[in-house]
Amino acid sequence: MLYSPQSMHIPDGFLSTLVSIILWAISIIVVGYTLKRVGKDLGERQIPLMGVLAATIFAGQMLNFSVTGGTSGHLLGAAISTILLGPWSAVIILTSVVSIQALVFQDGGVLALGANIFNMAVVGVAVSYFVYTSLRKLIGDKSWSIFVSGFAAAWFSIVFASLACALELALSGTSPANIAVPAMGGIHALIGIGEGLITVGALAFLYSARRDLIESGSTVPMGGAVWIFGLGIALFLAILSPLASSHPDGLEWVARQKGFLETARSPLFHIIPDYVLPGISNKSLATILAGIIGALIVFGVAYGVAYLRKNQNTA
Amino acid sequence: MQLTFLDPYRPSNSLLHRADARVKFLLTIAFILTSSLTPVGAWPVYIFLFALILSVTILSELGIRFVLTRASLALPFVFSALPVIFTTTGTTLFTFPVGVWTLTASSEGLARFVSIALKSWLSVQAAILLASSTPFPELLQAMRAVHIPRLLVAMFGLMWRYLFVLVDEALRLMRARSARSGVSGDKNKKIGGSVIWRARVAGGMAGNLFLRGIERSDRIYVSMLSRGYNGEARALPLSALTRDSWLILCLGILALAVLLIFGILLWG
Amino acid sequence: MHHSIEVENLSFAYPDGHAALRSVSLHIAPGEKVALVGPNGAGKSTLILHLNGILLGKGKVHVCGLDVEEKNLSRVRASVGLVFQNPDDQLFSPTVYEDVAFGPLYQGLSVSEVDERVKSALTSVRMGEYARRVSYHLSAGEKKRIAIATVLSMQPEVLVLDEPTAGLDPRARRALINLLCDLPITMLVSTHDMRLVQELFPRTIVMDDGEIVADGLTMGILEDEKLLNAHGLEKP
Repeated sequence: MLYSPQSMHIPDGFLSTLVSIILWAISIIVVGYTLKRVGKDLGERQIPLMGVLAATIFAGQMLNFSVTGGTSGHLLGAAISTILLGPWSAVIILTSVVSIQALVFQDGGVLALGANIFNMAVVGVAVSYFVYTSLRKLIGDKSWSIFVSGFAAAWFSIVFASLACALELALSGTSPANIAVPAMGGIHALIGIGEGLITVGALAFLYSARRDLIESGSTVPMGGAVWIFGLGIALFLAILSPLASSHPDGLEWVARQKGFLETARSPLFHIIPDYVLPGISNKSLATILAGIIGALIVFGVAYGVAYLRKNQNTA
Repeated sequence: MQLTFLDPYRPSNSLLHRADARVKFLLTIAFILTSSLTPVGAWPVYIFLFALILSVTILSELGIRFVLTRASLALPFVFSALPVIFTTTGTTLFTFPVGVWTLTASSEGLARFVSIALKSWLSVQAAILLASSTPFPELLQAMRAVHIPRLLVAMFGLMWRYLFVLVDEALRLMRARSARSGVSGDKNKKIGGSVIWRARVAGGMAGNLFLRGIERSDRIYVSMLSRGYNGEARALPLSALTRDSWLILCLGILALAVLLIFGILLWG
Repeated sequence: MHHSIEVENLSFAYPDGHAALRSVSLHIAPGEKVALVGPNGAGKSTLILHLNGILLGKGKVHVCGLDVEEKNLSRVRASVGLVFQNPDDQLFSPTVYEDVAFGPLYQGLSVSEVDERVKSALTSVRMGEYARRVSYHLSAGEKKRIAIATVLSMQPEVLVLDEPTAGLDPRARRALINLLCDLPITMLVSTHDMRLVQELFPRTIVMDDGEIVADGLTMGILEDEKLLNAHGLEKP
């Protein structure tokens, strides 16, 4: 059983450098602030608690259940973490999970990590929180409010995280918005059902085993900063997605952005080449040359390593 | 149950394995950044980058097949970029009728798609080389060296330490479930229960894992307290980088920068 | 010369009301090796957690000349080393070296002092070459010994162990017994392993239902079958 990559972890190469850097900046700010809050709320216990629970969520993501024949449902865990531990801890836990998945298991890129953290640990958590607290308040004090709110929180967290992912791909010019948004959104609307079911299952188990855990998580009142943030993100994505996907040529807007960048760069392009590389204006020649030089480098290294090994063995 | 197959680190005495983790970490990031910034269609640069990765793979003595098979994990996502071939405006390569619509593939679109695929593949290979040649505790030190908050690094450390333990518990729960999932042979009974029931069972296992996780973290906390833990993330100071390591780091970054500038000037 | 451990009329009840300790008193002199036995639920683990201030109950607890209270906790924990039953809960750092260095690091020692402590602790448990290893890959016996090293590196006056031989195969158990035999340190061990008690510990304390029901020479207690049976114990 090899570790298999998941559907929302964007690998490197798919996001433009600009988009990656912007999302890194946002994630760093959010995670930095969250670290301070978690420190304040949990104090000394934060290191062991966050560390072990992150490992738990990771292990939990390995649990699967067969949906039909070959496909299986998986857990992301943003909703269940938010419901049981509150938004701040959930952000840290999901950040840890996503980071280790990227760095150790190559599930998600290194440069794209900022975006993945944003989608799963920030959007996933904020939207879960918003949906869960709002619904519980609306439904009131009935025992099934936990399960309905939990299911909704889980479903929305998955769908909105995937919308954020699709929009990032569109902004980077990797996937046109009018295909990416409905495709990602559609697939994850289905995956979200699985997440919802597992979340409800977990809540049901904890409801009978440790009801105190469920109640303690959601003590932060509605109207707090996180709730507003969650509402804001949800609205932003909900409005932007259909807008982007209904645009006749989703890429046109992106192309205009690129046009800006190209005009900024072209003066440089005109000044340099004649002086720096005369004669290599033929692009295919340059490619062949690169191939030859590259192969020489590789052979050189291979020979060098073999030579060193031989010396080591005879020494 | 040993879950060592989950850990990507493969011990060896190669040059790459012996290199300083901080240098490897920074160069990996620099490499991925370079490949990300390399313009579409700058084929010579991509070739050079590939030659670089191949060389490092040889240095790692991990086997080219090992690295390539792990790199193919990133492949599925490539399909999301496929539409780009048909949506980028430019010189038409071929047209492809699909029912009512006609898909027009442009050479710019194809160049874009191939560039994306190459960037992705190169980046994954770099990340694999890093993870396979560096024990995770050293990666943690590299993270501290680049000033990732100590608190976060401490949490990562604990997470990694208990990852295998908890995955083991999860697998045992799944094994217990499949041990009880025998088919009765009675054709009238529905096999496996409904999807909803199966999801609830999985959810129950998740809840179970969660409880065990919390209880375990309590016991670890008590152990930490018993050894003087006071809440702050303390760690031993990092040793200074050797002169050779500095040299490798600087040369590496220089080489990548030159490649990148070359690429941007000619194809940007 | 102070007693290493002095407990006077210690009582403790858990939040759910369960009275785990009822007016427990005991004294352990420096250099003594004492076994703590009794059925599950007797309060042995609860008592142990009071010795380094993880739990704070009613009554007096005095260790190595210090009162066990808030302001002394860090010094108390450096003087009384607790080794818990499950080594997986104690080996929480990425490498063995970092785990053994944890205690001295939090004691504020310099890098070279920490290094010395780690080396000598690992040598005392005969695991000198394991410094760079990752704890996940070790066997149960190896983990137990490293867990002891993580506490020894703090150079405590008293070593308290909870079920040290539980879960060990005969060979690992023998290695551990030899190790404990050679350690020249005041020791209190809570255990169900009566043969261990007979072999290593001249003095035994028997607990049941939150109280101490016997405290004396091991030889005598192990001969008293009526006492043993009354408290769920068996003669080895």
